[in-house]
Amino acid sequence: MNRSRTWMRLIILGVIFVGISVALYNAFIKDTAAVQANELAPDFILKTLEDNQEFQLSKQAGKGIVLNFWGTWCAPCREEMPALEKMHQEFKDKGVEVIGVNIGESDVTVESFRDTYHISFPILMDRKREITQLYEIGPIPTTYFIDSDGVVKKIVIGGPMAEKTIKENITQILPQQ
Amino acid sequence: MNNVKCECGHANPVGTVLCEACGNPLLEEIKQGDSPLDMRYEGAARRSQTYNKSIIDKVWNFFSSVKIAVYMIVIVLVASIVGTIFPQEVYIPVPKPASIFYEETYGFIGKIYYLLGFHNLFSSWWYVLLLLMIGISLVVCSLDRMIPLYKALKKQKVKHSINFLTRQRLKAEVSVPAEWGSKLDQLQGFLKKRRYDVRREGDSLLAEKGRFSRWGPYINHIGLIIFLIGALMRLVPGYYLDQYVWVKDGETKKVPETPYYVKSEGFTIDFYEKEDLPEGAGLDNLQGVIKQYQTKAVLYENVNAGLPGSEPKLQEVARHDIIVNHPLKYNDLQLFQSGQRPKAIAALNMTLVNEKTGDKIGKFKIDLYNPQSEYKINDTTTIKMLEYYPDFEFTKDKKPTTKSPNPDNPAFVLNVISPQTPNGEKAWLFLGSYLPAPGTENIFGYEFSMPDLTNITGLMVRKDKSLPVIYFGCFISMLGLVMGFYWQHRRIWIQTERSLVYVAGHTNKNWFGLKNEVLDVFKKASIPVSLVEHGKDGKKVD
Amino acid sequence: MGRKLIELSSNLLLVAFILYIVASFVFAISVTGKRWGKRDEQAHKQRFGSIGFGITIVAVLAHASYIITRWIGQGHIPTSNMFEFIAFLAFSIAVAFVIIYLVYRVPILGAFAIPVVFIMIAYASVFPRTVTPLIPALQSYWLKIHVTTAAAGEGIFAVGFAAGLMYLVRTIDQSKNSRSRRWLEGTLTLVLMLVGFIITSVVFNAMDYKAEFELNIDNTKSVVEYKMPAIAGPQNAVLLSDSAMKPWFDAPGWMKGLNAAKKLNTVIWSVLSGLGLYVLLRLLFRKRLGQLLQPALSDLDPEMIDEISYRAIAIGYPVFTLGALIFAMIWAAEAWGRFWGWDPKEVWALITWLFYTAYLHLRLSKGWIGEKSAWLAVLGFIVVMVTLVFVNLVIVGLHSYAQVG
Repeated sequence: MNRSRTWMRLIILGVIFVGISVALYNAFIKDTAAVQANELAPDFILKTLEDNQEFQLSKQAGKGIVLNFWGTWCAPCREEMPALEKMHQEFKDKGVEVIGVNIGESDVTVESFRDTYHISFPILMDRKREITQLYEIGPIPTTYFIDSDGVVKKIVIGGPMAEKTIKENITQILPQQ
Repeated sequence: MNNVKCECGHANPVGTVLCEACGNPLLEEIKQGDSPLDMRYEGAARRSQTYNKSIIDKVWNFFSSVKIAVYMIVIVLVASIVGTIFPQEVYIPVPKPASIFYEETYGFIGKIYYLLGFHNLFSSWWYVLLLLMIGISLVVCSLDRMIPLYKALKKQKVKHSINFLTRQRLKAEVSVPAEWGSKLDQLQGFLKKRRYDVRREGDSLLAEKGRFSRWGPYINHIGLIIFLIGALMRLVPGYYLDQYVWVKDGETKKVPETPYYVKSEGFTIDFYEKEDLPEGAGLDNLQGVIKQYQTKAVLYENVNAGLPGSEPKLQEVARHDIIVNHPLKYNDLQLFQSGQRPKAIAALNMTLVNEKTGDKIGKFKIDLYNPQSEYKINDTTTIKMLEYYPDFEFTKDKKPTTKSPNPDNPAFVLNVISPQTPNGEKAWLFLGSYLPAPGTENIFGYEFSMPDLTNITGLMVRKDKSLPVIYFGCFISMLGLVMGFYWQHRRIWIQTERSLVYVAGHTNKNWFGLKNEVLDVFKKASIPVSLVEHGKDGKKVD
Repeated sequence: MGRKLIELSSNLLLVAFILYIVASFVFAISVTGKRWGKRDEQAHKQRFGSIGFGITIVAVLAHASYIITRWIGQGHIPTSNMFEFIAFLAFSIAVAFVIIYLVYRVPILGAFAIPVVFIMIAYASVFPRTVTPLIPALQSYWLKIHVTTAAAGEGIFAVGFAAGLMYLVRTIDQSKNSRSRRWLEGTLTLVLMLVGFIITSVVFNAMDYKAEFELNIDNTKSVVEYKMPAIAGPQNAVLLSDSAMKPWFDAPGWMKGLNAAKKLNTVIWSVLSGLGLYVLLRLLFRKRLGQLLQPALSDLDPEMIDEISYRAIAIGYPVFTLGALIFAMIWAAEAWGRFWGWDPKEVWALITWLFYTAYLHLRLSKGWIGEKSAWLAVLGFIVVMVTLVFVNLVIVGLHSYAQVG
């Protein structure tokens, strides 16, 4: 009698405790970000600024991708552009490409920006901010280092990144020769 | 655990106050007294009080205490009061960080308020924890009381000990009247007519009605628990969506985190007109009183949502004029009218002029949201847009840049290519003015006409799958409250012992009503009875 | 047509107001007057009780007609600004009284509950009576459902308050200086302060008193218009009106905002006039207020009045829960997409609800009956009033009443 009562109480308290824990865990502790390190980067398709060509992430297999979300209004984005460009030049023949994703701006704005900063890496135009939403981009710049299998190896939120940081992360996604 | 034996021979579980069989008090000092009996929970053994050994029992007992529950309620109450002294962080009227706002606006007290975390009270861990503890207390308290109460009421017998009957709050003793048997039948009939359930054992009867009202509080608690579960469910991803989307007139925009697109076919603001209100009723200050915000909205589903970023294939699924209080609803998605930026500039209407001759060369229109890189003015003249800064400012090192992607302060660099200027003539163009490149004799100038205006509507995007659970909880809770407060559990005992008839009554509320009912029934059976009402404090009042 | 109806509605409210005053006198006489001459006490009580009740019914009908005519006249239910809401609350108190009276038939309850009604109407009349067009957020049938049910719940609580106060006046020993006696005196003085506020507002309004101050807030010059002589003036302000009284002192610096000093001034006037009334009554009768009222209640059964107070709250609690919380949540979900947003008004509805929840648990489970319970009933209604007055006028929230008055 006594035993079963204690068990009963234990079960009831346990159920309540577990229920509340699950809810709180889901809400506060669990990382619910859409894109997580060591998981596949969500696929998408976007047009490039240059020649209006379609770029699809999943078709880039075999290359490492540095996916950089930016906007011209964001000062740290502007600041890290030269470093990104430099790394692009350094690694594009070694199988890693820098890809910029511009968040919802007009061609004219981005074109003049590209020319001012002498950017040669491809810029994707996320006009509807669809991919920005898909990746749940908060503060910009946000940069994803994606390896040749399409797996996110590193996420850098905020900036500007130093050349060194970019380089270190690129070495992680260099395709094995 | 040893059971406690009553004089009548019944063995009661430990903690029982009134014998389960005859109602006689088990504790000697209560048995000897003459104050009215405490009838709470029918004197049944409350489980929590029975065992207090293991840690589980201690936790259980903590949550099963009404005293602790009331303490928690009072703490939440006081904290909530403090939480409304200054606005919560989400309701700060000016766009300032909380760390500055409170001290700046309310001085030292504001600073303390902020430091103690009251600016975010209602989502602070300890406030939420208290609410959850009240929730646990609801479960435990209810279980702890409802089960013994249920058993006690189910087990109750018709006959009780005299001590039980004479120590009810409402009681009477009458010497057995003539023809008592038939009178008792009569009484039984009258009680039945008043919807009592009557059980009879020889010369004794127990009349009872509205027992279900005793379950009211527990049903209410169950409702509250369901409500709290609903509130917790919102924390689970996918159950609750809270987003926002700004849409220009005529624009189609993706609804964040959904496969839907929304188009605004026009946003309007209506103001009150004189005809809307009766004459002479404070009409002078009617100027600019807003009657309605409305967005003609069309909702599309993207049937090509498989690969994000690919060209959307839109299919209209819903169409609704969204006004405040009347959101667009589609499945569990809801779009609410929430914000507005009326008469925002959408496009600039420009004329290219020859400054030397004053000739108007041609007109062109710059769409601030999607400017072209080239404008053909006539066969020989084109304007190239070299740069566009939607929200112009200078960086620290005096380079032009944009503050935001919104066209709040647009600036352009234009280059006119014409027979006179084959290499182009550059100029800065701002809202309402232009600035030729320094040091050059410019040929071309610009004239501004009325710009195209658009209305931008702010739609709140919500999905709340927990809402049905919350409403269900509210419904159950109300059901319990109505049961518990608008009905009463009344019992009348009539028991004959030798030459005396003992009458006793008990109700969980409205003694006044019960008293009248007993008097009325006895009057109808023409048995004179003088009811004694034992005071709740033990003093007698007639 | 509309204008005439609204004028008619104002007159109907005035009629109701006067009738309520008459009714409460009759109720008072039903008990105090029974020792006049050689009367049959029971018959006297019954007769005057019935007359008082009859007058109350007529008053309630006039009050209901005010609501209907104003509703038709302005095209929406008259619960959309402070004047209309308080007048409606007064109506629900009156209806709650009628219901409780029909159950218990205690005439003296009228002498306490009906004054709450006419004080509320007087309080309502302090606010502007102009018809307010409904802002978009209020254009919903939930306005009718939510506001009326919430007001009904609060009205029933008000009867619980009146009965609780009666219990205290009846049972607190006036011959001994005790904490209860002092607190009761304080509570009655608080009621006098509300009366004082009404009287001063009405008097200065009738005099058309105005004092304008110019002050500097965040480098913009603004003018504040006082409608009562300034005892506390705004800080660093210049008095523009010539004939107006100069402020005695400036409001303290931590009180920010354009109208903070004006609100403080109103509070000071209410407190002073309330205390003034108290002193006047003490000098006139040479008795404490509790002492003055006690004889009227001497033959009242304390247990009965305790039960009435509890009954009223037990009836009001589900109504309040439904109106102020559940309907409010449904409306909020319909209008803003969230059923709860911790807006100050919502929080105060929750506070009120938690308070009465605590009351019920203490009474039902912890055996708090009699005096303790009566104090809680009194305090509970003070919480209701704080929600209505303080939150609406001082803390600004989503609810539209905040902008009025």
